[in-house]
Amino acid sequence: MIDRKDVEHAARLTRLALTEAELERMREQLNSILAHLDTLRLVDTTGVEPTSHAVDVVNVMREDEVEPCFPQDAMLGNAPDRSGEFFRVPRIIEE
Amino acid sequence: MHRPIHELTDAYRRGDLTPTAVAESYLARIAALDERVGAYLTVVREHALAAAQESERRWRAGAPLGPLDGAPLALKDVLCTRGVRTTCGSKMLEAFVPPYDATVVERLRAAGAVVLGKTNLDEFAMGSSTEHSAFHPTRNPWDLSRVPGGSSGGSAAAVAGGLAAGAFGSDTGGSIRQPAAFCGVVGMKPTYGRVSRYGLVALASSLDQIGPFAQDVEDTALLLGAIAGHDRRDSTSIAAPVPDYMAELPRGVDGLTLGLPDEYFIDGMDPEVERAVRQAIDVLRGLGARIERVSLPTTRHSLAAYYIILPAEASSNLARYDGVKYGLRVPGRDLVEMESRTRAAGFGAEVRRRIMLGTYALSAGYYDAYYGKAQSVRTLVRREFGAAFARVDLIVAPTTPNVAFKHGEKEDPLSMYLNDVFTIPGNLSGIPGVSVPCGFSGAGLPIGLQILGRPLDEARVLRAAYAYEKATPWRARRPELA
Amino acid sequence: MTTPDRYEVVIGLEVHAQLRTKSKMFCGCTTTFGAPPNSQTCPVCQGMPGVLPVVNRRAVEFGIRTALAFSCRVNPACRFARKHYYYPDMPKNYQISQYEEPLAEDGFLEIEVDGGSRKIGIQRLHLEEDVGKLLHEGTLETAQASLVDFNRSGVALMETVSRPELCSPEEAAAYLRAFRAVLIFLEVCDGNMEEGSLRCDANISLRPRGQTELGTKVEIKNLNSFRNVQRALEFEARRQAQALDVGERIVQETRLWEADRGYTRSMRSKEFAHDYRYFPEPDLVPLRLDRAWVDEIRAALPELPRARRQRFVTQYGVPAYDAEVLTQSRALADYYEASVQAWGPSPGNRGDRPKTVSNWIMSELLAALPGDDELAIQRSPITPARLAGLLRLIEDGTISGKIAKDVFQKMLASGDDAAAIVGREGLTQVADEAALSQIIVSVMAANPKAIDDFKRGKKEAKGALVGQVMKATGGKANPALVNRLLEDKLSKT
Ligand SMILES: [Zn+2]
Repeated sequence: MIDRKDVEHAARLTRLALTEAELERMREQLNSILAHLDTLRLVDTTGVEPTSHAVDVVNVMREDEVEPCFPQDAMLGNAPDRSGEFFRVPRIIEE
Repeated sequence: MHRPIHELTDAYRRGDLTPTAVAESYLARIAALDERVGAYLTVVREHALAAAQESERRWRAGAPLGPLDGAPLALKDVLCTRGVRTTCGSKMLEAFVPPYDATVVERLRAAGAVVLGKTNLDEFAMGSSTEHSAFHPTRNPWDLSRVPGGSSGGSAAAVAGGLAAGAFGSDTGGSIRQPAAFCGVVGMKPTYGRVSRYGLVALASSLDQIGPFAQDVEDTALLLGAIAGHDRRDSTSIAAPVPDYMAELPRGVDGLTLGLPDEYFIDGMDPEVERAVRQAIDVLRGLGARIERVSLPTTRHSLAAYYIILPAEASSNLARYDGVKYGLRVPGRDLVEMESRTRAAGFGAEVRRRIMLGTYALSAGYYDAYYGKAQSVRTLVRREFGAAFARVDLIVAPTTPNVAFKHGEKEDPLSMYLNDVFTIPGNLSGIPGVSVPCGFSGAGLPIGLQILGRPLDEARVLRAAYAYEKATPWRARRPELA
Repeated sequence: MTTPDRYEVVIGLEVHAQLRTKSKMFCGCTTTFGAPPNSQTCPVCQGMPGVLPVVNRRAVEFGIRTALAFSCRVNPACRFARKHYYYPDMPKNYQISQYEEPLAEDGFLEIEVDGGSRKIGIQRLHLEEDVGKLLHEGTLETAQASLVDFNRSGVALMETVSRPELCSPEEAAAYLRAFRAVLIFLEVCDGNMEEGSLRCDANISLRPRGQTELGTKVEIKNLNSFRNVQRALEFEARRQAQALDVGERIVQETRLWEADRGYTRSMRSKEFAHDYRYFPEPDLVPLRLDRAWVDEIRAALPELPRARRQRFVTQYGVPAYDAEVLTQSRALADYYEASVQAWGPSPGNRGDRPKTVSNWIMSELLAALPGDDELAIQRSPITPARLAGLLRLIEDGTISGKIAKDVFQKMLASGDDAAAIVGREGLTQVADEAALSQIIVSVMAANPKAIDDFKRGKKEAKGALVGQVMKATGGKANPALVNRLLEDKLSKT
């Protein structure tokens, strides 16, 4: 069972501002989903390696060669807020 | 003028049709009908006409770029297009204009394709109905009160409704095959790694794969051939030669062994769907295929594994949307407040839910019980397919347990998730699969037959689909939109 | 400044080194330093939607090279993982790093302490990507906004974690110095701490002497010079000792070293701050490192600073101090050996040439060029052959040591040979006995008091006379000859 503290912890970790009501609703929904996912416990996976890729490709590397960068304007073009050549963000309060 | 691409290009070659006339006709149809269907989020009229004119010049000079030159296509709005906004169906990226093209888009442009626009989807490809786009829902051309499936519902509806000759989508748990089945078109998810994911906005990186929607199997082969093949920008793309899919099509199913998995005929599935699929299997048997029962017992745990892996990877992939570099920003007194408000306002309910689920599943103390466990279950699913494919050449099954449902019918997230129960195992194991129309329900709604193959064996999957399509009349039926 | 004897200090260092690859870790953007903000990025290193990383082979090679130099076990299979935390200089809000399956583990670095040496264990070495840079509008505390530059984002980083086996702040500084020298020798990192190519965090804990289990550790960030490593750790050891003395509990936390103010301060981490949610990076495939490749890299490993230092002492007979200075970079050590070789073996069994070369490098060359600036050393206008040429002119008496120093400066400025400069400017020593005798006679005539002093037993008076002669010849007189002639003349008066 996932409790309110878990929901708040996850919301903080992933930076989602949820209201009290939303947190509560989220807790209910996550519990109902997790209850269904609980059947996973029934599967015997003793000694079974996890699969993180569906392909068996290994050792993909590129040579250390410089390619042209993108123009500064193209990379700053989508910025919600910018100051000259920089992206601008509101003040950072240390955590 | 809505006909398969191979017929259009035949007509270009003969001079009976021109790419410009065809593009104009599709654009006119979009202008007239898409208000009702809602397949598109962005239509790039000027770009499309310019591309069509260039194509026309090439055809006139007798030097087309290939079998897609002048083909009017639609792209799911998760494929990055340089200079054209790419929204992912989300408020978060409503104004995002990528400075680069996805590899698939690059290849399509190089093949002379005419891009008509970007199609609608469930926000960030999370959903099975295309009701959960932040902008508007898409409707099923066969019955506007029903959903087209999802998440690539816009692409499926565009091809079904005659709003594009072909289209591309992405399939993470069935997001191409399920809407293809609901909309009565052909939809294919290639082998994981067959098509470059570079420029596909990621949902779940280890499951996502781009694939085509088409009016028939021949076009499916053409469209796949244009985008398949190794890409040095995608480390997970496979460096194997791409066969000539078109040349393989006519080889038939005579002598092939098709596996029929017990687990794909479940309690609660629509009897009309089951009947249509069983009849389709009889057709294939009649064409010379041997049918053998196979067992894929871990199928019933696939959904649970999938709903751990997908949210976990999605929560990571979607972390970058924070109002700093691109996309929406909601002001805040400080950075954390700005980011938290931006993400709460920019993401819809389903996206928020999956991000939270994934964050929880990966957080300290839960990894082994959830993500680790799901990845081990995934190994079992792969092994079972491997064992089955040692005995059979292909696996045939329904694409979905039911036909297209009504808008608003599935409010509960879990009942929505169940829609993908037959398509998810293909993503977990990475194998290729196609959905091809195999009949209609009593209410006139399309039903899909799913054919799954060995990794990189798209040619055989398409070959069986082609043989089936040639032997059945379904392709001739079109929805009445106008 | 020292910690009370009743406590034992336990320190471990985490060093992040920027690898000297031409392109970034996962994209083709250049890594050059000092370009305008956000001008060296692309969709990949700015974390745009849809992009994918591809591993830079050279970065892996550099990682393996370093691992082998530290005698680490290079894991036959390794993998990248995503490390999640939010910070605006990290575009994807996760860092591609390595977690459970790092590139290499279990090695050591030998450091010199109190005349002896000690092996400090290296726990792991892994590869990751760097983040961008943040500028604050004002100070961090008062700034209303911060500015982000992603040029550095995605640069290849190598993180090396030592075991908690360093026993004092001095040892920690020695470790970092030795570590940096190895990296520079391997040519995998330029070692430039001011520009942030090498960055250091430390873990420090205290325990009562005799106790076996470790005390609560505190992480200290922002230690970006040898001096700061030592000062910060000294401060922190004292702070912890004082707290323990009065029975306080040490809080496990991250503290920031404020170099200007000379203290560490808590970064007030909330309890969830370290939930990084690692999972295998699905956009990259595992690396299965080919034995043949690792062997090839091993075969090409250069002689490391410690070994080379020892060889310099035994082979060239230079003092340990000289050997240490001369091995601060591979370029400098190569320069030294090339100069010794160019000059040739010392005549007879004197064996003094290598030390002479060392003296000139330490006092003259390094005054002009930083010894760890490999490029500057390699491009020095005074090549090893030219330095040997200059020393030859001193040895054969053509010029005096004093003149040679001027010639050296002229060589630096012009890039000419010593012989050419000496010839052009007429700097050859006066070694003509007749000419020198005349000068000596006139100097003696002008300084009768010095002669008297000398006769009354004041031997220093002779020095004054030599000085006068040198002055009269513009420093060009051969000092040995002046001495002999003067002595001869004085004995006859
Ligand atoms: Zn880049």
